[in-house]
This record gives sequence, C-alpha cells and structure tokens, in this order.
Amino acid sequence: MPVSYYIILAATLFCIGVVGVLTRRNAIIIFMCVELMLNAVNLLLVAFSKMQNIAHPPGSVVINGSDAQIFVFFIMVVAAAEVSVGLAIIVMMYRNVHSIDVNFLNRLKN
Amino acid sequence: MIALLLILIPVVTGVVAFFMKERKMVRNWSIFSSLLTLLCLLALLANLAPASNASYHAAWLPFMGSQFSLEMTGLVKMLVLLNALIYPIVFVATFQRTFDQPARYYGLMLLMQAGMMGVFLSTDALVFYFFWELALVPAYFLCSQWGNEKRIQATFKFFVYTFLGSLLMLIGIIIMHGKTPDHSFSLQSFIHTTLTAKEENFLFWLFFLAFAIKMPLFPFHTWQPFAYEQSDTSVTIILSSVMVKMGLFAALRWLLPVFPHAAHTYSHLIIILGVIGLLYASIIASRQNDLKRLIAYASIAHIGLMCASIFVANESSIQGLMVQMFNHGIIVAGLWITAEVIETQYGTRKISELGGLAQKAPVLALLLMVMALGNIALPLTSAFIGEFLMFNGLFQYNMIIAAVALISIILSAIYTFNMVQNIYYGNTLPATENAQEANRYARFSLIVLSLLVLFLGFYPHPLFQLTNDSLQAIVSKINLF
Amino acid sequence: MNTIIFCIPLLPFLGFLLTGIFRNYLSRQLCGIIASGTIFISFLLVLYVFFNHAYSPEAITYFDFISNPLLRISFAFQVDQLSTLFMLIITGVGFLIHVYSTAYMHEETPAHYARFFSYLNLFVFSMLLLVLGANYVIMFVGWEGVGICSYLLIGYWFKNNQYNYAARKAFVMNRIGDVGFLLAIFWIISKFGSADYSVVFSNATTIDTAEITGITILLFVGAIGKSAQIPLYTWLPDAMAGPTPVSALIHAATMVTAGIYMVARSNVLYSLSPVSMGIVAIIGLATALLAASIALFQNDIKKVLAYSTVSQLGFMFIALGVGAYTTGVFHVMTHAFFKALLFLGAGSVIHAMGGEQDITKMGGLRKKTPITYWTFLIAVLAISGFPFTSGFISKDEIIIAAYSYSKPIFWLTSFAAVLTSFYMFRLLMLVFFGSFRGTPDQEKHLHESPAAMTIPLIILAVLSALGGFIQLPHVFGGHDYLNEFLAPVVPAFSHGTEDIAMREYYLLGATIIGLLIVFVLTRKWYAVSTFEGKYSGFKNVLAHKWYIDELYDGLIVNPFTNFAGFLKSKIENSGIDGLVNGIGRFIRYLSRQVRLVQSGLVGNYILIMVLSITVLFLVFWNQDVLMGFLQKIF
Repeated sequence: MPVSYYIILAATLFCIGVVGVLTRRNAIIIFMCVELMLNAVNLLLVAFSKMQNIAHPPGSVVINGSDAQIFVFFIMVVAAAEVSVGLAIIVMMYRNVHSIDVNFLNRLKN
Repeated sequence: MIALLLILIPVVTGVVAFFMKERKMVRNWSIFSSLLTLLCLLALLANLAPASNASYHAAWLPFMGSQFSLEMTGLVKMLVLLNALIYPIVFVATFQRTFDQPARYYGLMLLMQAGMMGVFLSTDALVFYFFWELALVPAYFLCSQWGNEKRIQATFKFFVYTFLGSLLMLIGIIIMHGKTPDHSFSLQSFIHTTLTAKEENFLFWLFFLAFAIKMPLFPFHTWQPFAYEQSDTSVTIILSSVMVKMGLFAALRWLLPVFPHAAHTYSHLIIILGVIGLLYASIIASRQNDLKRLIAYASIAHIGLMCASIFVANESSIQGLMVQMFNHGIIVAGLWITAEVIETQYGTRKISELGGLAQKAPVLALLLMVMALGNIALPLTSAFIGEFLMFNGLFQYNMIIAAVALISIILSAIYTFNMVQNIYYGNTLPATENAQEANRYARFSLIVLSLLVLFLGFYPHPLFQLTNDSLQAIVSKINLF
Repeated sequence: MNTIIFCIPLLPFLGFLLTGIFRNYLSRQLCGIIASGTIFISFLLVLYVFFNHAYSPEAITYFDFISNPLLRISFAFQVDQLSTLFMLIITGVGFLIHVYSTAYMHEETPAHYARFFSYLNLFVFSMLLLVLGANYVIMFVGWEGVGICSYLLIGYWFKNNQYNYAARKAFVMNRIGDVGFLLAIFWIISKFGSADYSVVFSNATTIDTAEITGITILLFVGAIGKSAQIPLYTWLPDAMAGPTPVSALIHAATMVTAGIYMVARSNVLYSLSPVSMGIVAIIGLATALLAASIALFQNDIKKVLAYSTVSQLGFMFIALGVGAYTTGVFHVMTHAFFKALLFLGAGSVIHAMGGEQDITKMGGLRKKTPITYWTFLIAVLAISGFPFTSGFISKDEIIIAAYSYSKPIFWLTSFAAVLTSFYMFRLLMLVFFGSFRGTPDQEKHLHESPAAMTIPLIILAVLSALGGFIQLPHVFGGHDYLNEFLAPVVPAFSHGTEDIAMREYYLLGATIIGLLIVFVLTRKWYAVSTFEGKYSGFKNVLAHKWYIDELYDGLIVNPFTNFAGFLKSKIENSGIDGLVNGIGRFIRYLSRQVRLVQSGLVGNYILIMVLSITVLFLVFWNQDVLMGFLQKIF
C-alpha cells in the first residue's frame, strides 16, 4: 500500500483533532481531540518507519526507521501521563465550578 | 583607608541594623554609626590621619579594566562632609519619632548614606554607577514605605524617572569604556580619551540627562515636588540636601572634565534652562499652599542657579557653586526639619491653616527665621557667599542673563516671607491653638545648623580652603578652551 | 586703633546677642541698660576716633571674606571723615532713641521688650557695618542687614497681619533696589577686578564713560529702593506700622539715608557721569514734590512725617545730583536731628493720646504737653527752614546749589520747600492748637511723657536749632567747617566765581515772608475746634496718595499673582507634569490594548497557535518565493 494513504489518513485525523480542539468547549472532548492528534502523529511515525525499512533493508549502513517505532512508545507513555494529570485537573475543575466548560477557566485573568 | 571606611561603616552598620529588634536600640545604633562616620571624616579633614587615607584602590573587576578606586579632592571632601553631617542631624532631629519597622528604616537610611558616599568618592565609572544605583534603591524603599497616602505613586514616578536617567548613563559609560584606549573605566582614562565632536556631543547628552534628572533641572523637575511632598520628611531631608547634590557633583566631576568641548557647546542652552528654572520655580513657590511643596520648589530654584553656574564655568561661579552645594544642603535641611516639626506636631502642612507660632513657639520661630534668611541668601548667612559668587560668575558670562536671574532674589523674598509670615506671624488658628515648642532634639539639630549657617556666613574661609584644589583643577581644565 | 574700630560695630552686636539670647531672663531695666549702654560706648568710641583724627587713608583689613585667584574681597573697614560723620549720627541719635524707647515701650512684656531692643541693636550693628565697609560688598552686607532689621521691626507687633504685609512690602521693595545694587557691584568687579573703594575710585577715569553711567545708574537703583524714591517709595509710609522709635531711627534718621551715603561715597564715579547726576537730581526733585503734595492732606500723624521724610530724602538727592555732595550729607545730618525729633515728638503725642494717631482727633495739646510742644515746634521750624535753624542752613545750601545748576530745578525745589512748611505747620496747628477733638477719656488721660522720653527730645531740639552752625554761610559770618572736614573724601560744591551773597539775602527774605504767610494761613484753617479731615476733588486725590498704591496693585501685584497661578496650574501641573504623566499614561494605554490578546479563553490561544503554525509553515515552505517577493518590494 502506498505510504500516501497513511499520510492522508493521518492528516485527516490530525485536522479532525485540531478542529475539535478549536470548536469544542467540553474539556473531555478537547482532551480526546488532543489524543486524536497525538495518535495521528503516531500513525505517521509508524508508517514512515515501515517505509524506511522497505527502502533500506536491515544490514545497510543507512539508519533504518526502527527509531520512530520507539518514539511511538514514548509518545504513548507521555500521553498516558498527560491524560492522568489532565483528567485530574478536569475533576478538580468540576469540583470547583461544577462544569467542564473550558471557557470557565479564564478566571486567572482577573 | 578612611575613604573606604566612609563607605564601609554605613554599609556594615546598616546591614546589622536590619537585624535589630528594639526601636531605641536601632536608633541609638544608627546615631552611633553616623557619628562614627563623621568622626572618621573629621579626623581626616583635621589632618589627624595621614593624607594617604584620602584614597583607596583595590582590584575589582580587573578583566574589564575596572578598579575599586576612591579618591578625595576638595570638592569630594565637602560633599562627603555634608553627607556625614546631615545624617546625625536627621537622626537626632527625629529622635522621638516612632517609625514603623524601625530596623528596616534605619538600615535603609544607612545603606543610602553608603551609596551616596560611594558616588562622591569613586573615580571609576563602573563603581560610580554601582553606587549611584545603590543610593537609589534604598531611596525607593524609604519613599514608598514611609510617608503620605500617595507615596507609592510619587515614588514610582521618582524611581522610573531617575532610573531612566541612570540607564542612559550606563549606556554612556559602556560606550566610553569602548572608546578608551586602555579599555578602562577610570576617570583619568575617560578624561584622556579623545573623541570626535559628534561622539562627544552624543555621550555628553547621555550623561547629562541622567544628571539633569537627578538635580533636577527644569523641565525634568516634576518628579521632585511630588516625591518630596509624599515621602516622609526625614527621608526628604536626605533626598533634598544630599541626594540632589549627586547630580550637580557628577556634572562637575564627570561631565566637565570628560566632555569639555560639548559642555562648552551646549553651555548657553543649559544656562538658560537653569535660569528659567530659577525664575519659574520661584514664581510657582509664591503660590504654594503646601509647606513641603513650597520648600521643594525653592530647592528647585536654587538648583537651577547652581546648574547654570556649572556651565558658566569661571572661577567665580565654580567656587560659588562648590560653597553653595554645602550651604544649600544645611539650609534646606534646616527648613525641612522645621517642616517636619510642624507636620508631626500640628498634623497639617497647609500654610493657610497655620499661624501665630511665634507666640507659641518662639525658639522654633527664631530658628526658622535663620533658615529662611539663609534661603533668601541674606548676607552673613552662609548662602550669601555662594549666591554672590555664582551671580558674579553669571554676570561675567553674560550681563543680561545675570540681570534676569537676579530677579529671583526678589521672588525668593516674596515666597520665603509669605511662608514665614503665614506660619509664624499673625494670630493662632484652630490647628495651632495648642501649639508647643519643638522638642529639644529637633531644637538641638536646628541650633547646630543655624550656628553653622551664621558662622560660615561671617567667616566662609574654611569652605574656600577646603575646595581650593578642586577649583584650581576644574578651572585649569576649562580654561584650556 | 584697629581693635577700637572693630569694637564700634561689635558692641551693638554683643548687645543684640545678650538681649536676644537671654530675653526670657532679663528684666526690662537691665535690658534697656544693656541695649542703650552698648550703643553709648560705641558712641564714645566714635567720638574718640573723631577727636583723635584717627582716620586711615587705607582700609583696615581684618580677614578675607571672599577669596579666589581672580577676586579678593576682604572684611575691611574704612574709617574716614564721611564714615565717621555717619557713625556719629547713627550712634548718637541711635543712643537717644534707645533711651527714649526704654520709656516708650514699657508696656511690653519683658520678653518682647528684649526682642525689640535686640532688633534695634542688630540694626545699629548693620548700619555701622554699612558705613564702615571698605568695599561695596561689605556695604551690601550692611545694606541687606538693615533691610532685614527694618523688616523685623516693622512687623514687630506680629499679631497684626496688616503690619506683616507692610514689613514684607518694605523688604521686597528694598530687594528690587538691591538687584540694581548687586548688578552694579558685579559690573564694578568685572571692570576693576575689585570692589574696594580705593581701587575703584583711583582707577575710575580709566573706564569708559558709558560704563560708568551704567554702573552709577544701577547703584542709584539700589539707593532708590533703600531711600524710598520714585518709583519705590510706597513702602516707607506703610513702614510706619512699626513702633514710633523705629520710625524715628530707621525710617527717618539713619537707614533711609543709606542711599545718600552710597551716592556720596561713590561721588568719584558720579562726577564722571553727568547723565547719572541728572537722573539723580530729577528723581530727587520729582520725589520731593510728589511726597510733599501727598503730605499736605494726610490725617495720620506718622503718615505725614513719613511723606515728609520721603520728600526730604528727595531734597538730599537733588543736592547730590547737582553736585553738592557735602550739602547732601549735611542735610542728612540736620534731617537726622529734626526728623528724629519730629518722630519722637509724635511718639510722645501718641503716647499721651493713648495710641491714637489720627490728627483729626487731636488738637490743643500745647498746654497738656509743654515739653513735647516746644521741642516739636523747634523741629517744625527747623524743617520748614526758619532762619538760622539747622534746616534753614542745609536747605538753603541745596537751593543755592540748585540755582547754579539749573533754574527750573531751583524753582521747583523752592516750591517743594514751601509745601514742606505748609504741611508741617498744618500738622503743628492740628495737633497743638485749636481745641481738643478726641474723646473725654483721652482728654483725661493726656499727660506729659516721662523724663526718659523728654530728655532725648530736648537734646535733639538743641541740635535741631543749633546744629546747622557748623556750616553757616560766610555771608552771615559763618564758616564751612563741615565742607572742610569732609574735603578729603567728598568734594564741596564749587559755585565758581558767582556772587552768592545776594542770593543768600534774597532767600532769607523770601523764607521769612513765606513762613509768615504759611503761618497765618494754617493758623486760620487748621487751628480749629472741629476738623473732619474729609476732602473732595483734587485734594481727595492727594489724600489718597495719587492712588499710586492702587496703581501698583493693579499693574504689578495682581498680574503677578495671576501669572503665578497660571504657571502653577496650567504650565506646571497640566503642561510639563502633564507631559511627563502623559508619557506614562500612553504606555499604560498601549499595554492595555496589548493585554486584550490575553483573553483567558483557551480556544483563542489555540486558534492563534494553529494559525501561527500554519503561517510559519507556509513561510518556511515558500522561503524563496517570499524572499523574492520581499526583494521586489524593497
């Protein structure tokens, strides 16, 4: 399968994520959209690494693309940590303002 | 060594003062410290200590060509003397005042003294700048923490204004440093650096603006009445009698010798600004109802004349200026102390609400009279000598300007006697019905100042002798052009 | 001898210190003794100098007052005939007035009594400094010193704000003159390199006449202020707010004659500049006439005397202006006698009247206060120029000198002299003749003053009557003792070859006839039992002093006050400070605009982020295109 299919899919996912973050006010949905973007990037990384592997078989001097697959795991770990912190913040926010609308978070301004 | 001690004593005692608890203890400690400084200096002036004590050199930032060097010429000695003299006077005059957080107050006061000492003594531009700022920072805290209701606003204006000047000077210092052949910050190499006319003019303004704001010269003066009015009077005494001299002093020590051509080029403009300031501030003073503002404008007027004298730059004006810097310091300190007494005792500074104090407090009235006479430069008060010489210098420079400037002696009589009359004469008003004599500490300080004013007015010779070497040095430098 | 001379001013200064510092502890008596005693000893020392002819051609230098490489001003005294004569007047008349004051001021509390005498002593000290100084700077020191003493003494009763304003007015007007004086000093220093009389006078001829004219005119501006000439005379009548002995000492006998002293001292300079001399004469003449015309219809006994003083000072300046310097000085002396006597007599009258100064309420005091009456009469005769009194001889000299100088000045001066006799006789008649017009209480209270007041009156009366004989004209068998005495310092007026004997006789005759007419007229008009003191028409203008005070208020004082208010509120607060604050406000405004970007809405932040990323992405992608575009533009 040509790599361009993956790229288009990842770009679509990313754009959905961006638009979701921009348009939604519900913190959890925004959160999910952020995850969507992260995963779009993950998908790209995996796709590119596979493509690299095909172009340069193991044993050749050029670095093969397996680094990128390791990156994906890193990103998953960081995303998991981020989710745990982020959800905690959302829970605290809900306790304080009884809402998870992000527009309620402009209190710091004053 | 004594030169160093003059800075070290206030620094060390000031830092120690921060950690004291008891109000009386920290007050006595500060008086002790300021007297110690004064004694050290007097020992030097009376030739009790070897003359080598007058300078001090140590490595500071050798890689940048900066050396911690302090030197005393006659001019420096006089200003250092003023600084060392005013502090004990202020501390004694406010002996009975209870300040909030006394440890902090006295600590900052002493640090400010150290900063000003450093400004007067240092002959290295970087050290000079360092102390210039060191004096400013305690002043900021002193003005913003003790004083009247609008003090934060006033201090902010004061700080931003003077800090702007300082930054310009810093730029100037850095550029000068680059121009010096040996990449040094020392005054001597600044003096011996040759600059093109364009460079010199540009650098001149960088330095001069800093000094002009500090003095303050018309039209950069508006921070001053506000700051003086709003800050605590004891702090105002220091600002007005010592700190403004930093600007004049710096112009005399750093500006004239380093940029003589530029000073010559712009002298006419600056002299005219000085004279305008002299008349302008005098006229405004005649309509002030606030005692502290009145004294502030009077001070601006005198500073205008002094600034003009710097740039007139002949024997008479420079000598008059040097003498007047000291005399103005003690006279204005006396005026502020009376203002302080009035404000703390009667709770008002409005001249229209005061009156009849001569009946209630004759000694205070007499002492204020001496200071008022000093303010109008009456002969046989010390201010006369300085003003006479400065006006004489101005006359030799330009007859018309001198004639216009002399109008100020009429104006000063008007506003000074306005003040004296409204405060001390006439009948008592509600605010002064239960007026009492000033406490004996304030009286003591005022008596010391009055005696100085009268003695130096009759026999000014000591002041001339002290500043003679500076006069020769400055004038010989100027006469080259 | 140097020490003795130094002691002359030092003693009054000590008196000032003693009475001033211990004012709360001294009794009135002790205070009076100290104050009068120091002056008396000074007087004796001056007499000693006078009789020993201890005049030094050179200045006696004590120490350097100001010294720099280009200018040296020493604290030096010049004791010559001129300063000795003035010292005699100052300490002699001063002593008598001190003695008089001990009785006059006895109602004051001891502390204020001591304050009064300490000021008075300080004044004598300053005045002595003024005449003793061997250079213009020391003269200026004394000059300002007497000014401040005058200020303090006019405002002596400081509870009354009216008096305080009068005091301030006096000082400020004096300061206007001082500006001229200072400028003259600076000019002298720049031309001669010194302010010493000896240097200045010996080199005077080397200087351009135009410059000499400038210097002398500026000096005269100083004299105008101090000696109350047009246009700076209005302070002197107001200065009558002070106690009467002060008016006698400061505002009649001594301080106001400082201007005459200065011009006489600088006669070398003035003689070189005919223009300045002309100005001096004309100002003097105008003042003599104006003040005399105002004095005609004043109803306050001290105001009459004050305008009379202004007018007499005008006479002295006429003398100086026409070149008769010694005559001017001579008139200073005789004037010191009779004017001090008039003021002290007025003080005695006021004392008897219980503080009343309005002459419409007096009358017929001749019987009740005989000594005061007789001495006052002598003084009036002297000032009016009754033959062979001191005033006659000195004024006669002025008029004769004016005749040689210019005919119009002669006629106008004579007219002023006639006015003088008129207003003086009017005063005499209103106070001592007719019948008493005050309240019955005042009438009961009328009494002759104590001996401490009457003895000085008698001494001064003798001096007023006979003091002129030292300068009696040759025609009447006299000799110019004073001219001879002053000759080393001040040249006498030379009439040339003109025959002045006939003029003297004409003048004598005219004086007698004139005085007779004036006596008859004033006796008819003013020795009355009811007197309103209200005037109409032109007399009212005179009674209101030509409205000069109102004119000054309208032309100078009020505009200045308004201008100061304008500067304070408009230029300072809205203008300069407005600009400074405006810069701060502008920066704050900018920051407020920029702050709007920080909305606090997460969505906005992310949108901006996304947009920025997109833009950056596009920029870097199309770097070459962009650069090409930019290069096309610039």
